[in-house]
Amino acid sequence: METVTAAKKKKKEKPVPFDYSNYIRKGKLPHIWCPGCGHGIVLKCMLRAIAETGRPNDDFALVSGIGCSSRTPGYVNFNTLHTLHGRALAFATGLKMAKPNLKVIVTTGDGDALAIGGNHFIHTCRRNLDIVIMVYNNFIYGMTSGQFSPTTLPGMIATTSRYGNIDPPFDVCKMAEAAGATFVARGTAYHYGELEKILHEAIMHKGTAVIDIIDSCPTYYGRFNKFKSPADMMEKIEKEGTVSVKQASGLPPEKLEGKLLRGVLCKKERLEYTEGYAKLIEKAGGSKPK
Amino acid sequence: MAEKKKKFMQGNEACSEGALYAGCRFYAGYPITPSTEVAEILSVRLPKIGGVFMQMEDEIASICAIIGASLGGAKSLTATSGPGFSLMQEGLGFACIAEIPCVIVNVMRSGPSTGFPTGPSQSDVMQAKWGTHGDHPSVVLTPATVQEIFYETVRAFNLAETYRTPVIVLYDEIIGHMREAITLPEAGEVEVIERKKPTCKPEEYKPYAQSNGSIAPLAAYGEGYKFHVTGLYHAEDGFPTNNTKLIGEANERIVNKINKNVDKICINEEFYTDDAEIGVVAYGVSSKSAKFAVKEMRKKGVKAGLLRPKTIWPFPDKAVNKLAKQVKAILVPEMNLGQVYYEVERASRGQCEVKGIFKVDTEAIHPNQIIEEIKKFA
Repeated sequence: METVTAAKKKKKEKPVPFDYSNYIRKGKLPHIWCPGCGHGIVLKCMLRAIAETGRPNDDFALVSGIGCSSRTPGYVNFNTLHTLHGRALAFATGLKMAKPNLKVIVTTGDGDALAIGGNHFIHTCRRNLDIVIMVYNNFIYGMTSGQFSPTTLPGMIATTSRYGNIDPPFDVCKMAEAAGATFVARGTAYHYGELEKILHEAIMHKGTAVIDIIDSCPTYYGRFNKFKSPADMMEKIEKEGTVSVKQASGLPPEKLEGKLLRGVLCKKERLEYTEGYAKLIEKAGGSKPK
Repeated sequence: MAEKKKKFMQGNEACSEGALYAGCRFYAGYPITPSTEVAEILSVRLPKIGGVFMQMEDEIASICAIIGASLGGAKSLTATSGPGFSLMQEGLGFACIAEIPCVIVNVMRSGPSTGFPTGPSQSDVMQAKWGTHGDHPSVVLTPATVQEIFYETVRAFNLAETYRTPVIVLYDEIIGHMREAITLPEAGEVEVIERKKPTCKPEEYKPYAQSNGSIAPLAAYGEGYKFHVTGLYHAEDGFPTNNTKLIGEANERIVNKINKNVDKICINEEFYTDDAEIGVVAYGVSSKSAKFAVKEMRKKGVKAGLLRPKTIWPFPDKAVNKLAKQVKAILVPEMNLGQVYYEVERASRGQCEVKGIFKVDTEAIHPNQIIEEIKKFA
């Protein structure tokens, strides 16, 4: 990992050092994430993307469900809500409707968002409610020690798929787009500069924004599936396993096989739900919500 | 002042009116018989006053949405029935541990499972108390008339705000759909309690601070306090803790904040209990039959009396125990196979005989059934 990131860092480093102290609840560190886990990189990208908006911390609410990724809100200095497994989007929906001016970001995982929370996921996308949904997708249930998830690839080993997983995986982005999300993108913890830009664009978008963030869990997914190290995992899954939309446009289909597309995959305009609701209130002859 | 207009409405309508009177500005729900009218009415009424009505994807989402909205500062409501109430148990527990005010209406129907959706029952009394896992506070109100559904819905919001806890309004399909004449009070006539908000500096705010059993004010998100809420056991600052002493204290605190205020929360109607020799303990629709039966028996010189809890949880132990001391027997008519019956037996401490009158064929308990049982002890 050292060699790869060192080279990248030189190019990507920002001229002004970023001050995280305004965004991190220092007293709540250290975090619970294992060494080699990509969640910390995702957190960093998210904070920088939020900072770029120039909006005060109190304008943001971070809502999560249960799982490793769902611990994110506890570490950051915003309005934060750590809820039930799978239910983050339902809580977020109520909060957003009661306080439409809040920018609501949901941090969730592949199991939390797509298995137990799958119904809330598709319905939030369908409404096009202005919520950013960050799916930390590491292909496994980390918090409960490594069971296969709805994104685990066929043949992979988990504590509940010792003979190799036979469940076909969801494509988070295709599902989000089909369900009606108006901003759909994919990034990785490895391509952190790109991820920061995507997250910023997602936050600035008005409507449901879903970001499939390919991330790695060396402790379980890596160990069970014989990846040599966290860096090896990142290279194989996040670097070699993905290709940017731009690069992909110049490649023949056989070169794209088995690779996930990175970048903004869908961006469209459609009436956002709180705006739609404001119109409904007007139609009902009601006063504007506070 | 002009004479107040009487209105003819059904229980579910009175519930909606009560919610609006109490300042409810957010409703999330999922269609289910026999509670759907609450949603239908509020979908029309809430937008007119700038409130929000959401039809969610299921009941799990509904209760989670009202908790989220409550954290946004809105008084929030959901209404459901048996199967939906089962789905809400997870969210109910979250509201208990995170201490988020909200109101859940359960219009009881026959069960288990889909049961007989249009058939009334009173079989969710224990689910309302123990449905969600873990030791938790329970405040459950059991109105018995359409007018009372209005008042008890207002009281539910008041209790939710006062004690920072979810409150359940529990009534049966019969009262939910029955039409009675009711009078809607003017604004200001019935007390409406608003949420206590913090006045301290944001950096000093502890959303779960407690001193002498007081309940910490609850800030709304986006109003400068930037606090943390979790369903994990947490310290006074709201952040998760592994400290076993704090966990034990927190669990006891959320239960005790209700148990220590039983006298304020428990309200009963006493009907001819002063000199009663035969007692009846009944709630909801069965108490209507019980009241009729007691009246009839009194006409015949039989000293029967009715104790009718308007708050079923916490259970009115004191009132039941007092009644048990003076009567030969207590009869407990209820549309289930024995739920409050066992509580009456427990609270009576063997001081009198306790007999249940149970019915689960989805027909109301007829006054004659109760009269026949009273006669056996007369």
